[in-house]
Amino acid sequence: MGSYLSMNDSDKRIMLEKTGVSSVMDLYRDVPKDLILDKPLDLPEGKAEMQVARIMRQLAGENRVFGTVFRGAGAYRHYIPAIVDEVASKETLLTAYTPYQAEISQGVLQSIFEYQTMICELTGMDVSNASVYDGASAAAEAAAMCRDRKRNKILVSETVNPEVITVMRTYSWASDGQIVTVPASGGVTDLQKLCEAVDKDTAAVCLQNPNYLGCLEDLRAAADIIHEKGAKLIAYVNPIAQAILKTPYECGADIAVGEGQPLGLPLAYGGPYLGFMACRQEMMRRLPGRIVGQTVDPQGREAYVLTLQAREQHIRREKASSNICSNEALCALRAAVYMAAMGREGMRQVAKQCVSKAHYLQQKLEEAGFARKYGQEFFHEFVTTCPYDADEVMKILAGNDILGGLVLSQHEILWCATEMNTKEETDRMVSLLKEALG
Amino acid sequence: MKLLFEKSKPGTGNQYIPACDTPEYALDASFLREEEAALPEISENDLSRHYSALEKRSYGVNDGFYPLGSCTMKYNPKINEAAAALEGFTDIHPLQPADTVSGCRKVLDMTKQYLCTITGMDAMTLAPAAGAHGEFTGMMLIRKYHEMRGDMKRRKVIVPDSSHGTNPATGTMNGMKVVSIPSTPEGYVDLEKLRQAVDDETAGLMLTNPNTLGLFDRNICEITKIVHEAGGLCYYDGANMNPIMGIVRPGDMGFDCIHLNLHKTFSTPHGGGGPGAGAVGCKQFLAEYLPWDLEETENSCGKVRSYHGSFLVIVKALAYILSLGKEGIPASAAASVLNANYFKALLSEKYTMANPGFCMHEFVMTLEKEHKEHGFSALDIAKGLLDNGIHPPTMYFPLIVHEALMAEPTETESRQTLEEAAKIFLDLYDEAMKDPESMQHRPQSTVIGRPDEVLAARKPVLRWKKEEKDEG
Amino acid sequence: MNSPAELKYSATHEWIREDGDTCLIGITDYAQDQLGSLVFVNLPMEGDELTAGEAFCDVESVKAVSDVIAPVSGTVTEVNEELADAPEKLNEDPYGAWICRVENCSFDHELMDAEAYAAFCEKEHE
Repeated sequence: MGSYLSMNDSDKRIMLEKTGVSSVMDLYRDVPKDLILDKPLDLPEGKAEMQVARIMRQLAGENRVFGTVFRGAGAYRHYIPAIVDEVASKETLLTAYTPYQAEISQGVLQSIFEYQTMICELTGMDVSNASVYDGASAAAEAAAMCRDRKRNKILVSETVNPEVITVMRTYSWASDGQIVTVPASGGVTDLQKLCEAVDKDTAAVCLQNPNYLGCLEDLRAAADIIHEKGAKLIAYVNPIAQAILKTPYECGADIAVGEGQPLGLPLAYGGPYLGFMACRQEMMRRLPGRIVGQTVDPQGREAYVLTLQAREQHIRREKASSNICSNEALCALRAAVYMAAMGREGMRQVAKQCVSKAHYLQQKLEEAGFARKYGQEFFHEFVTTCPYDADEVMKILAGNDILGGLVLSQHEILWCATEMNTKEETDRMVSLLKEALG
Repeated sequence: MKLLFEKSKPGTGNQYIPACDTPEYALDASFLREEEAALPEISENDLSRHYSALEKRSYGVNDGFYPLGSCTMKYNPKINEAAAALEGFTDIHPLQPADTVSGCRKVLDMTKQYLCTITGMDAMTLAPAAGAHGEFTGMMLIRKYHEMRGDMKRRKVIVPDSSHGTNPATGTMNGMKVVSIPSTPEGYVDLEKLRQAVDDETAGLMLTNPNTLGLFDRNICEITKIVHEAGGLCYYDGANMNPIMGIVRPGDMGFDCIHLNLHKTFSTPHGGGGPGAGAVGCKQFLAEYLPWDLEETENSCGKVRSYHGSFLVIVKALAYILSLGKEGIPASAAASVLNANYFKALLSEKYTMANPGFCMHEFVMTLEKEHKEHGFSALDIAKGLLDNGIHPPTMYFPLIVHEALMAEPTETESRQTLEEAAKIFLDLYDEAMKDPESMQHRPQSTVIGRPDEVLAARKPVLRWKKEEKDEG
Repeated sequence: MNSPAELKYSATHEWIREDGDTCLIGITDYAQDQLGSLVFVNLPMEGDELTAGEAFCDVESVKAVSDVIAPVSGTVTEVNEELADAPEKLNEDPYGAWICRVENCSFDHELMDAEAYAAFCEKEHE
């Protein structure tokens, strides 16, 4: 049994003696006797590492790793350079706590400062925090940033990822806020309906770009409508797409949030992921979570610290707008290493290949009878109709080591392609579909 | 040390993906950004060295003693990492068909079951991404419970003044009014004050036990009874679960709902601030309100994050529970208590304890007297420790103790480590008594001295900018 | 600690300067000294209604946030926006760095004169 203790019998004797008790259980004297468990927990016996390794391998082995993936819908398979895993496995960076003691945490703090800078670059925003749990909770926190006594309503476009809408609804229910969805038309947010929906109670509107259906939204036009009524625009964006797409800042958004998973994080059955949050200068002090800032030490050397802490729960307590303390530092580290390794040009290449490969996939599927559902321009995802039962199609593909698109309804599929999908893979899948169904 | 951006050189880069093998498709220029993102351009060698240098300028559990109170900085077993790196876990899409993820589902189910056993709860969710996120989830269950009974006026949550800041902040996030009650001088819940505080608007009580002074509240059953009799529910903040796992269960103390910090008690690494995982457990009557995962359920409070929680963190916690098993879990808890008491006994030679007597997994020292009479503070001692290769205890918490240092050695430290550390603490105390003024200049041996936090907050510089550098 | 004779003071360490029909409000020298270096002021807004005894603004130091309690009731007519960028003024010149101007003041809360306030601080300090 591995209990990771480093105490032998003689240590124990010496320690008990110094402490002044004869048994460790004497130290639990404040615990009411009748509460102390009188029999061992109903758990398996402790195991040696070799046994644990075997069990974990067995469990992992029961999952199916697909060779080819055409599914995104919020979690994306991208190539992760080997250096990302290597850096994220560095023991010190892995086992450190939140960098409260700046003098011995300059490495962690600097890596977060660099991450914040890169998120600002991608989104065009002035200020980024050190990250939150995931994209969905980032959107929920962004909504909370915008609410005040006078404006309590948040509008969310129907084209936002349903996972994100659900989480926003949950947070909003908890704090007595109101969430209203704005209908879509032709695969994008209906701007006419948006215009009608924004009112004087509206604190913010959340739009996704590229949206859940893959289409590119007209954020700029939406921003004008929203700002006219004094509300704020929260842009939920894909960080890979941001390497080439207009930034939320350029589009007039007030806050940019999103799921950072595509930046070097494995799919990992959904987590841990990384929510990024960035905003304009004016909203800096409403941004939740940890923020790292640059300052100097007594000798004038550059130094990094956790800053603007008076916003946070450990100081503001019940007056804090969020209770968050964790940032996803190790995930943010992965994202930073990923962006730096890929670099300015590499990131653009990934984004451009996503576009090209998705368009190739779309064209091939069209040839096989899977018509495109919406005429809008798209990034790396798109919806097609499905002339057959979509679940049947998925079964056929799964039998050939392919995870197909996400089934939205019996005759609708949301497809995704990234730089990982070779032309050969696409061709093979499409000919399989033709063969099996044609 | 130079930033990545300052090491960047135009035209430098690495080849990770091959050229595009499909026809190029160009999006209309109206969709494209006007200015390129100024991401670094750096060779992999330079990048690798950059992060090696950053690692050296950091401090983790593997570097040395880390008695950071309330954070349970125990050893992070390597098998946990190996398990979480298995391709069969890392390369699974969260929206894969059910018949292709049975291993993942088993990981979740086993972990839930074991955690229910350890805490005395009936149901568990692994969705929350951190402790505070778990608190948020747990308090939602309590709110939902009252609302489903039509008891809409229960919007007050009682929180002792010794609590973690997340507790009152969580109350507010759940639309509740936070009622803070004072603790007794020993740091226990003041039963009289609690009786006065509860009424028909009380939604519940949030409490950590052992409390933030490292004491087990011997009135715990009376406390939960008072709240229950007033119609409220009891929430257990599991931040301090480590010393009692396998020995006593929150479920048996009368708690209705709890959260656990898998990154504290269950040995998953903190990663410099995250990712964590905050399992939430509850008694059967609250189970229907838990967040839903695969399918939306009627009375669920909703979802607090996307997909299925911090899955790889959960894998690590499961590997730990399997390693320790039914004997290892209480043995670890007991060792954490013995270590804390031994360390406390050693330090008591010079340091004043906020509470005399035995403690659970952590204890709080106070330097109030030294601060007033000799002119050195808890901060000065903490900064002095940095010069000696020790991560300082938690400073200035709990708020009810002045000049507090809160130490939690955890069970994985050896007697020898504790003795060496105690010697450093005691020597430092003497040094401070002799020359308190010099303490203000500590640390001396670290890569920077005390940073100017006032400047950082008054004139925030939160990102690197090219222009400023060039002008400067 | 300095406490100018022409001002009135509250037990929560705010000062009031009567200026024609209006009043200026700020925090005292004693308050700024106890709070330490201030890094941010969450200013009230023009039009805010103050109620004596209730918080109307807060000030942040690096490790703490403290409410500023209205010493009088009234309506905010002007805010010292300069403090938004230069919170250090509250430390450097506490009686010059007013936070806001209030009209229709009603003095329904007990206030002290300089002498009484100085004695009050003396006592509190012990």
